[in-house]
Amino acid sequence: MTVLCSVIECSSVSRQAKVIAWSVGLLFLGLGPFLLQTTRFAFLVRLGGIAGLYMLLALGLNLVIGFVGLLDLGFMAFYAIGAYVAALLSIHKMPFLVCVSAAVAVTVLLRLAVGFPALRLRGDYLAMVTLGFGEVVRLVLNNLDRITNGPKGLPRVGESIAPISLFGLTFSSNLHYFYLIALCVLLGVWICHRLDHSRVGRAWVAIREDEVAAELMGVDVTKQKVLAFGLSAVFAGVAGAIFVHWESFVTPESFTFWESCLLVCAVVLGGMGSVLGVILGAFCIVAVPEVLRDVLGTTYANARYLLFGLSLILMAIYRPQGLWPSRRRSLELRRAEAGENTEGMSE
Amino acid sequence: MILQQLVNGLTLGSLYALIALGYTMVYGVLMMINFAHSEIFMSGAFVSLVSYMRLVRILPPIEALLISIALAMGSSALLAILVERFAYRPLRRSARLTPLISAIGVSILLQNAAFLFISDQSLAYPQIFTIHHFHGWGFEINSLQITILVVAFVLMLSLHLFVNKTRLGTAIRATAQDPATASLMGIPVNAIIALTFLLGGALGGVAGALNGMYYGSIKYNMGFVPGMKAFTAAVLGGIGNVPGAMWGGFILGVIESLAAGLIPSGSEWKDVIAFSILIVILLFRPEGLFGQRVTDKV
Repeated sequence: MTVLCSVIECSSVSRQAKVIAWSVGLLFLGLGPFLLQTTRFAFLVRLGGIAGLYMLLALGLNLVIGFVGLLDLGFMAFYAIGAYVAALLSIHKMPFLVCVSAAVAVTVLLRLAVGFPALRLRGDYLAMVTLGFGEVVRLVLNNLDRITNGPKGLPRVGESIAPISLFGLTFSSNLHYFYLIALCVLLGVWICHRLDHSRVGRAWVAIREDEVAAELMGVDVTKQKVLAFGLSAVFAGVAGAIFVHWESFVTPESFTFWESCLLVCAVVLGGMGSVLGVILGAFCIVAVPEVLRDVLGTTYANARYLLFGLSLILMAIYRPQGLWPSRRRSLELRRAEAGENTEGMSE
Repeated sequence: MILQQLVNGLTLGSLYALIALGYTMVYGVLMMINFAHSEIFMSGAFVSLVSYMRLVRILPPIEALLISIALAMGSSALLAILVERFAYRPLRRSARLTPLISAIGVSILLQNAAFLFISDQSLAYPQIFTIHHFHGWGFEINSLQITILVVAFVLMLSLHLFVNKTRLGTAIRATAQDPATASLMGIPVNAIIALTFLLGGALGGVAGALNGMYYGSIKYNMGFVPGMKAFTAAVLGGIGNVPGAMWGGFILGVIESLAAGLIPSGSEWKDVIAFSILIVILLFRPEGLFGQRVTDKV
């Protein structure tokens, strides 16, 4: 929490303060779990790792929803595909790097296979296609007993998924996975940040704001949409592979439509198109229900999703730009307002 | 065997069609997917069950049933109007994704309200009248299926007449065509939008009650799968198109039942088939089987 607060406060302060805030934040992120690990707050390390996986997924989904403005309601399907591919390979004693690469490759290929025909569709039709695909993937995983072991999940009795071992290092505890995931999230943030400020990112935002105008300005709309779609699958594939090695177990029930919805909420809550906002959003969807569980006590713990639904409605009405809106977007809005004012004065 | 599956399919399809009408009418006037419609359907099932259990103590079962269905209809219609008023109307001018987020919020809220305040388990829906079986040429139909088919048929016919023959129906069609012009012609657009939610909600509520009777149990998350299927039916018939939604419902119900009956272990795969139809139709014929192609306005 302190980490995030310190980063939030710096967003409008000078560059130097920003550097200090980032280093303090990273220091907390690095040392915090190490110190907590032996105390009674050790569960926070695991929770942090789970939040990290959601952050990776939300970063990927943000490329599609936040930057290009396409609603995807079945993103969990690709997380599932990544997890199952990695699980199947790991059961056959493949090293982790092979599992991850294969998971990413298969996820991206399937994503493109769905994306190519689907990306021609208008916003909410695309949402329904992705939703349908998400359900089909979950049901197929559930029904293809011979490969996926159906609802009982992988691995089968007598098989096992070995923990990750990289460069002679075996990842055996929650702490190890926390650091691995934190590293991936930082890398993901950096990639998304660079994309945001590149030609590609600007093309995506142009498509989001006005597809026809973007096309007239020479943006290859289809190519850019496919690119965003494909890249988002990389995040899902990596997250899926790490998840399955950490849990060493996977069932289709982890990838319901509900989870896809939560991810969309993470992106919207945080602020569509804002990289750090999405990180905050993912943190919120994991942490808020946990915190509410403690605050509300065991009898009212079930009310937390009720409050969650309510907060989504209120956010949509009162703060559609998200908790931590993208800087570019708010600047553009401010400029647009200023423009209106000057027009008003000249009249 | 095939005839039997046809009968089952038509019964299932008439339920899908009733729900699909709610999706299609709202889409017609607002161009928005009313994601919370599946929860309106769920609320209808719960209201009918709860009110039936109360009423049956003081009234004969059939009358209690009729009143409870009427209550389900009314409460679902009211709920749909409230959802429109508080979750959708403030967002009518915002970006396209925002109302959908709000709709997901409503859906989560209603589902968890049922989960918290009514039951987190599936509740048994009592068998209200003795079920008679009638035998035809190679198929069997029971009185429950006949009831569902008759109720659904009567409701759809009245909706069809209402939309096409009355002044209010004309106002709905005008609003669907062009809300701005409709309002210039003196049509109270906000009231008409509320009316479409009312009609869709009422039909959804009845479908919920009938669904509970047909399957014998209801649960807080019962709305999702039929909701998705009904949306598929609406898309199949061309979303925004009222007769299309009815045909789409029947076609989907029949395909699903035939698949469940004729393909080995088909009942496991019937949902996959329904969702695959959704994907294929959206990809290759998004205007539906009966719709006309609409180009995007710039």
